[in-house]
Amino acid sequence: MAEEMRIVLRNYGKVDPLNIDSYTQVGGYQALAKAKSMSQPDLIEEVKKSGLRGRGGAGFNTGMKWGFSYGVKADQKYVICNADEGEPGTYKDRIIMENDPQSVLEGMAICGYAIGANKGYIYCRGEYPYVVEILNKAIAQASEKGLLGDFNIEVRMGAGAYVCGEESALIESIEGHRGEPRFKPPFPPVIGLWGKPTIVNNVETFANIPAIVDKGADWYKGIGAAGYPGTKVMTLTGDIVNRTVIEVPTNTTIRQVLNDFGGGIAGGKKFKAVQIGGTSGGFIPESLLDTPIDFDSMSAIGATLGSGAFFVMDETRDIVDVIDRISKFFAHESCGKCTPCREGTQRMHEMLHRVKNGGAVAGDLDFMERLGSVMSKACLCGLGQAAPAPVLTTLKHFRNDYTAKFN
Amino acid sequence: MADYREIISAYKEVPGGIIEAYHAVQKEYSYIPEDAVVYAAQVFDMPKAKAYGVATFYSYLQVGPRGKNVIRICESAPCHIAGADKVVAALEKELGIKMGETTPDGKFTLEFAECVGQCQATPVITINSQPYGDVTADKVAAILAEYK
Ligand SMILES: Cc1cc2nc3c(=O)[nH]c(=O)nc-3n(C[C@H](O)[C@H](O)[C@H](O)COP(=O)(O)O)c2cc1C
Ligand code: SF4
Ligand code: FES
Repeated sequence: MAEEMRIVLRNYGKVDPLNIDSYTQVGGYQALAKAKSMSQPDLIEEVKKSGLRGRGGAGFNTGMKWGFSYGVKADQKYVICNADEGEPGTYKDRIIMENDPQSVLEGMAICGYAIGANKGYIYCRGEYPYVVEILNKAIAQASEKGLLGDFNIEVRMGAGAYVCGEESALIESIEGHRGEPRFKPPFPPVIGLWGKPTIVNNVETFANIPAIVDKGADWYKGIGAAGYPGTKVMTLTGDIVNRTVIEVPTNTTIRQVLNDFGGGIAGGKKFKAVQIGGTSGGFIPESLLDTPIDFDSMSAIGATLGSGAFFVMDETRDIVDVIDRISKFFAHESCGKCTPCREGTQRMHEMLHRVKNGGAVAGDLDFMERLGSVMSKACLCGLGQAAPAPVLTTLKHFRNDYTAKFN
Repeated sequence: MADYREIISAYKEVPGGIIEAYHAVQKEYSYIPEDAVVYAAQVFDMPKAKAYGVATFYSYLQVGPRGKNVIRICESAPCHIAGADKVVAALEKELGIKMGETTPDGKFTLEFAECVGQCQATPVITINSQPYGDVTADKVAAILAEYK
């Protein structure tokens, strides 16, 4: 039986999110003090050595990213916490912020010290106004006690655009523009918000930071999978007994997550597929369930860890119907800036709709595969690049579900 | 009701504050009046087309009238397989309107939404951002009663 391990959720149920004293009583803000006793390069090196990789989906080494911003001379730098959380099936960042907002603030302040930034933003999705309230109270309490030093944090609200989770679109949105991704390079750590060096990290990434500074890189590095150490917070949805949130070491397998924590398939039915990482993730069949959840093992099977959402489907589910729905999501959320995505997501949705309604012919599936492979290479940002993944992985593992729709 | 001019002007000095201003207007009016977009363009010193472009980019913001209580139904995949369509049918029946419409008395508007981050309790609806989980057709009348 696999076991949970709580690093990110270390204070879950143990602190009162609206009372900062309960956070300092469990050692809160000691990590920030310790960080400030170190030199900036030593602190960055420690984070880099821990092996922590971003929990927002792209999996970039956090310390290395901080190093890029530290290395740029600028009169102003920024730290942004990405709390846009728009990936369907995902609510982990909400759980973290609702239960332990101070950990996130402390993580941001440590980053601020490391790169030399005195201003931070939390970009929280507009669907979470109650979380914004909690964050504002938490910030007020931390500032009142002087715990953040000269680091100042402001909350900005997103407004229902999935693409704004992409870091350069998020930056555009904070600047008050339409949330369209920027051409890269330059990358935000060098040229970001208002043209200044900017670190964008996910909520879960920041919540890890105080624990890493506190207990050290070697401790963290030893947990979970070697290439993607630590834990991952996962949200289980769909046809599973326990629709819940868990935090497990990254060497836990998909099957363990499903059975040991999820309690297996609901209603005594059989497993059909699990989509991991949110709506842009790949679909995984039974034969691959013994894969560990870490970033690299998931990539190796053509899937993604992404946000850590587990969307489970039982044997009665119509895969084509689900993919049709997902393709509508992407057609709706495409920002329209680049052609392969703006047109591709629409055409993909049209074709899937045709397959679903029995109007497709054999060549359509090959055409969908070709379109998908072009999109994954030619689209400007991760939205368009990942949009075909659910289609491509189901055409690979569940092709019979498609052909069964042919008349 | 506070005047949208006052609401928007309060954000004048906030860098990139137009989206925050729109949120504040919408909180008060439940939508963004067309005239408020024109006014925001002045306050934030940008062409009207740009102020309009920003307001219409974001699906959480609505330019032009809608009901006092905005009901959004999540249709993302986890809610979809959990029976969001049955909830849609029950809401349409209960209110006598179709998705995208507003009741004649201006009290309710029905809208689709993508995931609202409450997927532990699919299917999910929100009313004025307040989430309701594990919604079934049977529960719809009781939930709406709170707002009638
Ligand atoms: C379409 C799209 C949506 C994204 N949504 C999110 C999101 O909701 N939250 C998040 O942290 N990262 C999201 N990302 C990833 C961010 O661009 C970025 O990689 C991340 O915030 C960096 O933080 P990390 O290194 O801590 O993961 C998204 C990327 C894309 C392309
Ligand atoms: S890939 Fe899609 S979302 Fe990304 S920039 Fe192009 S059109 Fe916009
Ligand atoms: S999928 Fe409906 S609330 Fe997340």
